[in-house]
Amino acid sequence: MNRSPHITNAPTVSSIMSKVLIGLLPGIIVYAWLFGGGIIITLTLATATALVTEALMLKLRKRSIQPFLSDYSAIITAWLLALAIPPLAPWWLIVVGTAFAIIVAKQLYGGLGYNPFNPAMVGYAVLLISFPVIMTKWPAALSLAQTKLSFMDQFHYIFSATLPSNVNIDAVTSATPLDYLKTQLKLNQSMTVIQSAPIFGIVGSKGVEMIVLAYLAGGLFLLQQRIITWHLPIAFLGAIAAIAGLFWIIDSTQFASPMFHLFSGASMLGAFFILTDPISGPTTQKGKLYFAAGAGIITYLVRVYGGYPDGVAFAVIFMNICVPLIDMYTQPRVFGHRE
Amino acid sequence: MNAPINIASLLKKTKDVFRFHGGVHPPENKTQSTQLPIGRLPMPKQLVLPLRQHVGNIPKTKVAIGDKVLKGQLIAEAEGAVSAAIHAPTSGIVSAIGEAVIPHPSGLPDHCITITPDGEDSWIERHPQDWRTTDVDTLINSLHLSGIVGLGGATFPTQIKLRSGKTTIHTLVINAAECEPYITCDDMLMREYHEQIVNGIAVAKRLLGATNVVIGIEDNKTEAIKAMRAAIANTDIQLKIVPTIYPSGDARRLVYLLLGQEVPHNKRSTEVGIQVFNVATVLALYRYFEFGEPALSRVVSMTGNVEQPQNFEVLFGTPLLDLVKAAGGSKADTSHYIMGGPMMGFNLPSENVPITKAANCIIAASPTLFEPTPPAMPCIRCSRCADACPVNLQPQELYWFAKSDNFEKAHDYNLFDCIECGACSYVCPSNIPLVQYYRYAKSEIIALDKAKEAANIARERNEFRLARIEREKQERAGKHAARAQGAKAAETSHDAPTANDKQAAIAAAIARAKAQKNADNIQPQNTTNLSASTQAEIDEINARRVAAGLTKQSPIEVNADKQAKIAAAVARAKSQKAEVDTLRQNADNQTKQPVADIEKQAKINAAIERAKTLKAAAAKETVNDVNTQPVIDLDKQAKIDAAIARAKAQKAAALKAKENQPKE
Repeated sequence: MNRSPHITNAPTVSSIMSKVLIGLLPGIIVYAWLFGGGIIITLTLATATALVTEALMLKLRKRSIQPFLSDYSAIITAWLLALAIPPLAPWWLIVVGTAFAIIVAKQLYGGLGYNPFNPAMVGYAVLLISFPVIMTKWPAALSLAQTKLSFMDQFHYIFSATLPSNVNIDAVTSATPLDYLKTQLKLNQSMTVIQSAPIFGIVGSKGVEMIVLAYLAGGLFLLQQRIITWHLPIAFLGAIAAIAGLFWIIDSTQFASPMFHLFSGASMLGAFFILTDPISGPTTQKGKLYFAAGAGIITYLVRVYGGYPDGVAFAVIFMNICVPLIDMYTQPRVFGHRE
Repeated sequence: MNAPINIASLLKKTKDVFRFHGGVHPPENKTQSTQLPIGRLPMPKQLVLPLRQHVGNIPKTKVAIGDKVLKGQLIAEAEGAVSAAIHAPTSGIVSAIGEAVIPHPSGLPDHCITITPDGEDSWIERHPQDWRTTDVDTLINSLHLSGIVGLGGATFPTQIKLRSGKTTIHTLVINAAECEPYITCDDMLMREYHEQIVNGIAVAKRLLGATNVVIGIEDNKTEAIKAMRAAIANTDIQLKIVPTIYPSGDARRLVYLLLGQEVPHNKRSTEVGIQVFNVATVLALYRYFEFGEPALSRVVSMTGNVEQPQNFEVLFGTPLLDLVKAAGGSKADTSHYIMGGPMMGFNLPSENVPITKAANCIIAASPTLFEPTPPAMPCIRCSRCADACPVNLQPQELYWFAKSDNFEKAHDYNLFDCIECGACSYVCPSNIPLVQYYRYAKSEIIALDKAKEAANIARERNEFRLARIEREKQERAGKHAARAQGAKAAETSHDAPTANDKQAAIAAAIARAKAQKNADNIQPQNTTNLSASTQAEIDEINARRVAAGLTKQSPIEVNADKQAKIAAAVARAKSQKAEVDTLRQNADNQTKQPVADIEKQAKINAAIERAKTLKAAAAKETVNDVNTQPVIDLDKQAKIDAAIARAKAQKAAALKAKENQPKE
């Protein structure tokens, strides 16, 4: 081949993707430590489903399986979805969600590089809309649960939906702080009373804020490795902090603090791992700022005024729709084209 | 990508430069070839001098096979403004003039002059010029014979760059950045010939009338920087150190780096008063004026997979293998040779190519040095390419447009600002050969533009032809009208035309058509007695026309047919009009009766309707739809058809006969 340049120095697609997986590991470890091994089961199920459906679809689409299966992109989708859904959800939930994400949101659009929407978030949104009850039934952190489920108990529950005879499910699950806050505010509870509930931690929700910190650490690793740039996480977190801060300053009895919003729900996971999906995101630097800021604001609005406890998935999907527009209107000035 | 390196670079000693967007920092690989001073080669057995060694016209050969030439003798003269002369690099005999393999990516052979050296290396009489005092125009004019071209690799004939035209040049930028990995020829020149280079800068400055000179050197050439600093100590030449970032040696990028001046995309730097010269070029200028030496040799980096990488002063036309041998020979696993750097260079088609004015560096390549690129994966829109692009383009978008042949969009996204530096491909995780896509899209757009231009010319020609046909038609119609006047006078005497009248009118029309056709059938003289080739050409043109759907028959034929049809139609229309008039008259008479029973009224209405339809049909009648006329009875129609068919058959037979005629 006579083609220049004759040298390259780029990480391969698979090394980029595998670094994203590595970045998720601290969060997963803390998650398993605080909430039990159920998350590992969910992650395994999700990974297996993703690989099988991806291989199947590649075969049906007559594409070579090996290079695409080993690019790890399907596993990222699987992990993000697994981390976004309640870890004790029945086994079929994650299987259905992952399969939908891979088959419909990714492969039917043309596979790696061609999907306009973040597959994991499409899978999440589909599950949330279809199975709202299961999707909002979150286990309490082990330290809070009245009954602590062992790994085998969790395993059993995920596959057979049965608990040991002396345990009932309400003793295991509790509302997430985002959810609790919303419902209690509707009941005209004061913010101080609400936030004194045991599920609240120092700034976010008890336990979850530790996971969030681990995600932050993983995100900083990705920044350091130049897998992602600062634009998306900073703009996203900044927008959430700004809008939450604004509302909080206006009325701190009705609106939670910016810190609470940053350290609750999927803010941090979204900032470093979900929004940063390059395929469904914008490509210009300015566009990244708009995209992430828009997602931050929508996330906040859904949390506060929407019908769902968290809004990251909807925010990302909505902003995905805007990507072509954002890219078109944020073209940088080309060298020598000064107006 | 390289932000930490860039920052380090900036902190070092490059504070007063203006950073451009993007750029990459590939491994430099420059120390290998700077271990030894510039070397010289033994006289090659043969020197093969391609005529095309520069941008522009091929120079005109001034020697014949067997001629004895002296070193520095002009063997090919610059042809036109954008061209450069070629000189004999040594004394000897012109042993061949013809096609030979040249260092070009196409691998196609080109016109070369081969000289067999006699070993004496004897010079022609040289004519140094006092470049400090001689009139500038005289100096620039004499450069026409120097053969000097831009030695940075662009090979633009230098004398044009010195004729700046209307704008005055205020700043001369000396490009010593040498940003491509591996290449060290300019570095070595500055180390060894800094005095001469500074003199060369003075020459260029005087010729341009520039008041300000800035040299730009990348910060990885510490020895060259030291040497140049010393050499410019007592001058007003500025030396600026730029960070080692590829492609800082690109002229527009360098101008920005040094002066903060962004040369507008649609202008040359000279239009904003800045001219850029490579160090090696100004050195060649100095030597030409000071010693009367035309462009006979250059310094080439011979590096990569050879035993002892080194820079050599190489006579133009020297076989590549002589150069490889001088560098200790290539290592066993050498797979091919690259001319230029690893970012923009190209694979040489053969190891038998000669060294030319464009050859700044030859890299012996091996699979270890240059790993084969893995197969391309889909673009994941990571935008690393956009971050690396020194022009601030959106390579991922351009790739998408080029891939889908959406050339208009590619053009809109400033494809033609792409300098093909390869920084995007260098950082692409999906190993997409982006630059190749841009080259493809550019060439397609250029080809389409050319085709469009050709189509425009063809359209203009066709419009002219149609206008001519129309004019001729009108002229004929004029004559026709004059003739028809008489007929009309006769016709108006009849109030109600009879079938006989109609028949007569048709017969007359057919007769007229026939006469017309016969008149048209007279062939113009220039289409008889044609030579075989001309006839073939005409046939081919006709075939093309038919294929293009422009016409089904020759224009003459069409005209005759049309004429006949028009005549027939006119006749029909006239007779119909008469018929309609009668009907209407009858109808009018009927409506005048005060009491009309319903039946009558219905009849009248029907008649009026009929009359209207007929009138409409008559009005609608066009020259083409002879067969759809409902009024003329079948018998008449058949006759007309038969007449037309006959006429056509005759015509076809005549044409065939003509075609079958033996050609003289």
